[in-house]
Amino acid sequence: MRYLFRTDYAQDMAAWRHGGDIFWYGLLAVVMLVLPFLLGEFYIGELGGVFIFAIAGVGLMLLVGYTGLISLGHAAFLGIGAYTNSVLLAQGVPFLITLPVAGLFTAACGAAIGLPTLRMSGLYLAIATLAFGSIVGTIFQKWNSVTGGFDGFAVPTPYVFGIPIEGATGVYYVSLAVLVFVLWMSLNLLRTPLGRAMVAIRDSEVSAQSMGIHLARYKAMSFAISAGMTGLAGALFAHYVRYLAPDAFDVLLSVQFVTIVFVGGLGSIHGAIFGALFVRLLPQFIAIIRDDLPFGLGRTPGLEPSLFGIVLVLVILFQPGGIFGLWLKTKHWFQAFPLKRKASFRRQKSYAKSERLR
Amino acid sequence: MEEAARLLQLIVNGAASGCIYGLIALGFVLIYKATEMVNFAQGDIMMLGAFVAFSLIAQWGVNYWVGALIAIAITAVFGFLLDAVVLRRVIGQPQFAVVMLTLGLGFIFRAAAGLGWGYDAVGFVTPFTNKTISGAGLVLGADNVSIIVGTVLLCGVLYVFFSKTRLGIAMQASSQNQLAAYYMGIPVRTVFSLIWAISAGVAAAAGILLSPVSMVDVNMGFLGIKAFAAAVIGGFGSIPGSLIGGVLVGIVEQLSGYYLPAGFQEVSANILLLGMLILRPQGLFAETMGKRV
Amino acid sequence: MSLFKAEEISVRFGGIRAVDSVSFEVQQGEVFSIIGPNGAGKTTIFNLISRIYNTTDGKLIFNGQDITRTPPYKIAGLGIARTFQNIELFANASLLQNLLIGRHCHSKVGFLSQIAFLPSTRTEERRHRERAEDVISFLGLERYRDTLIANLPYGVRKVVELGRALCTEPRLLLLDEPSSGLNVEETEGMGFWIEDIKKDLGITVIMVEHDMSLVSQVSDRVMALNYGRVLAMGEPREVQTHPEVVKAYIGGETEE
Repeated sequence: MRYLFRTDYAQDMAAWRHGGDIFWYGLLAVVMLVLPFLLGEFYIGELGGVFIFAIAGVGLMLLVGYTGLISLGHAAFLGIGAYTNSVLLAQGVPFLITLPVAGLFTAACGAAIGLPTLRMSGLYLAIATLAFGSIVGTIFQKWNSVTGGFDGFAVPTPYVFGIPIEGATGVYYVSLAVLVFVLWMSLNLLRTPLGRAMVAIRDSEVSAQSMGIHLARYKAMSFAISAGMTGLAGALFAHYVRYLAPDAFDVLLSVQFVTIVFVGGLGSIHGAIFGALFVRLLPQFIAIIRDDLPFGLGRTPGLEPSLFGIVLVLVILFQPGGIFGLWLKTKHWFQAFPLKRKASFRRQKSYAKSERLR
Repeated sequence: MEEAARLLQLIVNGAASGCIYGLIALGFVLIYKATEMVNFAQGDIMMLGAFVAFSLIAQWGVNYWVGALIAIAITAVFGFLLDAVVLRRVIGQPQFAVVMLTLGLGFIFRAAAGLGWGYDAVGFVTPFTNKTISGAGLVLGADNVSIIVGTVLLCGVLYVFFSKTRLGIAMQASSQNQLAAYYMGIPVRTVFSLIWAISAGVAAAAGILLSPVSMVDVNMGFLGIKAFAAAVIGGFGSIPGSLIGGVLVGIVEQLSGYYLPAGFQEVSANILLLGMLILRPQGLFAETMGKRV
Repeated sequence: MSLFKAEEISVRFGGIRAVDSVSFEVQQGEVFSIIGPNGAGKTTIFNLISRIYNTTDGKLIFNGQDITRTPPYKIAGLGIARTFQNIELFANASLLQNLLIGRHCHSKVGFLSQIAFLPSTRTEERRHRERAEDVISFLGLERYRDTLIANLPYGVRKVVELGRALCTEPRLLLLDEPSSGLNVEETEGMGFWIEDIKKDLGITVIMVEHDMSLVSQVSDRVMALNYGRVLAMGEPREVQTHPEVVKAYIGGETEE
């Protein structure tokens, strides 16, 4: 069991807890960089997809897990980022500009939806974001002149300093770079007044105001940051799929994003990564076992959503800490071995604060 | 005169579909008022109820009225068990956990229905199919009228139940103050499961009423999203509110389908919903309340 | 010197006059207590001062500035801090993080500096940490520094509420029933802290209290309320023995 002995405030402020963290994450970084030389194209492609979903996952985690605002319409932001990036590329704008522009434009849209929904909480916010996602999806379908509607939109190949980014490896490295950027931003955010303000809003809006936190501004900012990150993911998603269709950004995709946040572990950045891994690997897993399932279950069209549903239900009922929670429990078990107590991670009965205003 | 007749036709159609939205919204509101949980699977419960009715009436030849009642009863029991076995366990958790849980359940219900009844749309014969009612120069489909009449009757029954019977009053008490209800000897958890049962039964009734108009199929439950608009407009607080909200949504939908350019009909419900949430989130009928700190 | 003045403030909720033409003035450096039976409007007055509610009538003047219509998030920056009767701490954060959130109104770094964690942010974080540590030493909370609020006992949480308010470096501190839920020793401790806050930190305190011994121990002046109206105002002893006040708490003879 490691005991952290601090001698300076700087150690508390740092993004890592101790030397061990630096070692392991450094190792992970090295492995990620050399992976394309070791694995085949199919796996690298899949990992690229995981990174993209992880970026969106981190964005949504900041909104849901840290600020306590729920969004069931995040697929809309993915779509806005994807279309903005692709449309600008098709106009000849260089990729190094379209990528940040896609992110910033989506962030602005996020702020735009964040502002009117300020006073909504929980349920109403969920419904409003659901409606918003639906409306944006319809806009993608109907605005033929820009998005190509149901005809689809072929995504041009991006060039960075004259080098074309194509193929699974190209997407992999660019997505990895953006993921690292987004993670760096989040880690910084969470140890500054901005991040703490978000947590304050989640836990008690009234006292957050009394501490000087301007609710409207910070909620809008949270939405903007979350949407912006998802927009970046969207831009990369366009290159991952190579051909945009408006019905890809539907409510089922939004539910997948929220599943990332929940199954991964609400309230932790690690959770977003674990969740993205899970959500992207589940369809692969289904594809493999499909033929072995009894009763012709493998051939049901509803198999994938139903498995998502089952996992969501099981996680919420039995493992609300998600995969990250499970990871913490396992680590604790090994660290405390053989002295672990059964009650260490017993779930306390929690009494949710009533949302009702009585 | 032509215009007026057409307008009236649209309004009746809108009111009919609106009644369905209102009934689903009613199910949401009952559960939300009691337990602050939102049942995102309400539409899918409606779908299951309709399929059960289909099996009874079309596949096993049971009489329509008897079959409908049995289907409602079965769905009600299903709702009761759903709460007792699954939803009770998440009582302390934050609201979006419950939202996700019911979303997940919705997926499972759809897949189960697909397995049990297949993915094709089916229908069954009702006393109202393909019949019309004429009068005052108008011709209205009997199926639409049956929806409106059925809804009004059902709401009347529920109103009497909640305000006059002991169980109904106990349910109101449990919704308003759980602790006090416990002190008065009301078995609150059982009462909540009964509220889920009623909610599910109402959803099944909605599904059965709807079936002559639109076929029964696995994706029927997506109406639930429009029902949200109904519930929000009604202020998430009352039976008449949900109904009026639903009818409003239904009529706006029909009118925008006719008068506005193509493609607006599908977003009209969503735009109405978003507008309501932004401008008057407490709905048309709810009282404003503030939190005491 | 008058630090805070309430002039004829009223607030109505529907037909109920929760606060009815209340006027009082608080001098710099004093401890001013508000007493009264439950439902008298005491916490409502706090909610009016910290601008969570809007007054329907009257004016609030702080340090010469009219704050009647100031938005609630600006109050902390002006120098008014408050604690809550039912503890509104951030339950899923650690004690230290709660105190650091209390420092929010003194944060001056911009958005970009924060997301890039530039040296200016780093320096400011250190300064905030030092101030928060000062408060932790003052209140003796060292051993709970990294504990989640959800895992702390009630008595400690009340102290953290106080600490968080102190972190905002207020000139005026509003304490809402600081001793409710505390036992005799803890209440005495709270009394000593309030005295220290007045004498060592020079902060003016307005306190809502039910515990009369605490009121007598620390207050310079007392105001008694009932049904939203002022019954009496003055020295603690004279207010506590005022016949109207006694009647409000204990009840007088029935009038035929």
